[in-house]
Amino acid sequence: MHIQSLDLYQFRNFRQLQVILSDHVNAFTGANGCGKTNLLDAVHYLSMCKSYFNPADSQNISYGENSFIINGTFILNDEEERISCSVRLNQRKIFKRNKKDYDRLSDHIGIFPTVMIAPADHVLVEGGSEERRRLLDMVISQYDHNYLRAGINYNRTLAQRNALLKQFQQTGRKDKSLLQIWDEQLISSGKIIYESRAAFMTEYIPLFNYYYALISDSAEQVEMVYESQLETHDFEQLLDLAFEKDCASTYTSTGIHKDDLLFRISGHPVKRFGSQGQQKTFLIAVKLAQFEYIMKKNNVKPILLLDDIFDKLDDHRVARLLGLVSADKFGQILLTDTSADRVKEIFRKINTPVKIFEVDKIPESTAASTPEF
Amino acid sequence: MNQFARLPGIGRKTALRLVLFLLKEKDHDVERFSNAFTRMKSNIKYCKECLNISEEELCGICRDTRRDRSLLCVVPDLRDVMAIENTHQYRGMYHILGGVINPIEGTGPQDLNILPLVERIEKAEVREVIMALPGTVEGETTTFFLFRRLKEYNLNFTTIARGIGVGDELEFADEVTLGRSIMQRIPYESSLAR
Ligand SMILES: [Zn+2]
Repeated sequence: MHIQSLDLYQFRNFRQLQVILSDHVNAFTGANGCGKTNLLDAVHYLSMCKSYFNPADSQNISYGENSFIINGTFILNDEEERISCSVRLNQRKIFKRNKKDYDRLSDHIGIFPTVMIAPADHVLVEGGSEERRRLLDMVISQYDHNYLRAGINYNRTLAQRNALLKQFQQTGRKDKSLLQIWDEQLISSGKIIYESRAAFMTEYIPLFNYYYALISDSAEQVEMVYESQLETHDFEQLLDLAFEKDCASTYTSTGIHKDDLLFRISGHPVKRFGSQGQQKTFLIAVKLAQFEYIMKKNNVKPILLLDDIFDKLDDHRVARLLGLVSADKFGQILLTDTSADRVKEIFRKINTPVKIFEVDKIPESTAASTPEF
Repeated sequence: MNQFARLPGIGRKTALRLVLFLLKEKDHDVERFSNAFTRMKSNIKYCKECLNISEEELCGICRDTRRDRSLLCVVPDLRDVMAIENTHQYRGMYHILGGVINPIEGTGPQDLNILPLVERIEKAEVREVIMALPGTVEGETTTFFLFRRLKEYNLNFTTIARGIGVGDELEFADEVTLGRSIMQRIPYESSLAR
């Protein structure tokens, strides 16, 4: 699977732009602020129905305009597939596959998978546990729609349960049996989520270890651990034991919304004990393992989106990484860098052709006609 | 205009159109129109059995002696009664719950017509309670609440089937619905009976 052409209309800093892509390595180069990352994000939109960087659709519209359109032509199993995403202020986002509207965006996710590696991924190391759960959700929901549904149910039930706890506090009346009605639903969707996550991690961790060793040349010992209260305790019992505490705090203190992934290097947290290069290598291994996992599950090679990948990695690791992803196992690659010369040099060394787009030099059509979609 | 815009399904543009229309109408026409509203509100009663709106003590459905009193279908509101009646498939009775349990919106079991339901079950010949609530978290929770509440009575407690739409291709059904249809399959003979 690869993307053949990408058309943007009023998407972020691009009024109108078309790029024709190579089915192997593509590089968008130019100074910071020229919009090269926006091109990767546009492809992410067509894959995941949303921006990787900015969850508010309307904020991705060009300044002063009220809509954007992203069109992409993909090749999937030798067939041409036209995907279109259009966002208009205060209107429902419209997603089309071969001119046919999707009823549910979730039906699209996973058909044209992408894996993005970006400096923003650093929140996985630096940020709270919700960032790492989001990673789990993003990967698993690409192949498991039951998981997606269970997650929506779980969050809704959790919100209702917390609202009920707040009512208990306001009225001074605690009705445990009424709370248990909600627990029933929380437990059933919580168990589906826990089991999916645990099954995923069992297959995912060896892949992660493999890629870390490959990029780092086995320089250090790393470890990823899935941590969930449900692993060692019965969910029903946990909720029961936490009853008084939850009533006091008007918040559900136990469940899969407390799950986390522990990242360790030589037995210590990566956040405090890993160098910048090690942290970056860690995150790249996380993503490449994700790539391989999705490829196996969905039977299609995701498009690899590499944003600013050379930053903070030593030359040795950069060469290893690019040699790795340019090999047959991976498919199409879209990457960004500030220097076209550096990209040329790196790919010359590993003997791989690369199509370079100097984004700050692309002549931009200013015609204001609305493209067909 | 603001009064119109408060109505469900009426935006500010439509409200403005309605106001402009009424301003053009003759005075006595407008008066008739407003009288109809006032009469509707003061004449409307609720059926003392099923709590549907009714102009008399008992609604048409509850008065109908040919209907099966041993079947009781629990729905959130009267729109659901109309939807099920339009199928011409069901000949039992109804009970209007008045919503579903929803703490975020401040709706608890005490705000729903649950006590009247229990009273009906205690005094009448109900054999089966059919839960016809939405497939949302709130709907399912309300069904579970009633399942517990009605456990002590010797009842057949059922829920409407959720599955593949008639005429739908399996490959286009979402996985959750399809999965449920497989798990809750029915004997073929009973599907012939319909
Ligand atoms: Zn009635």
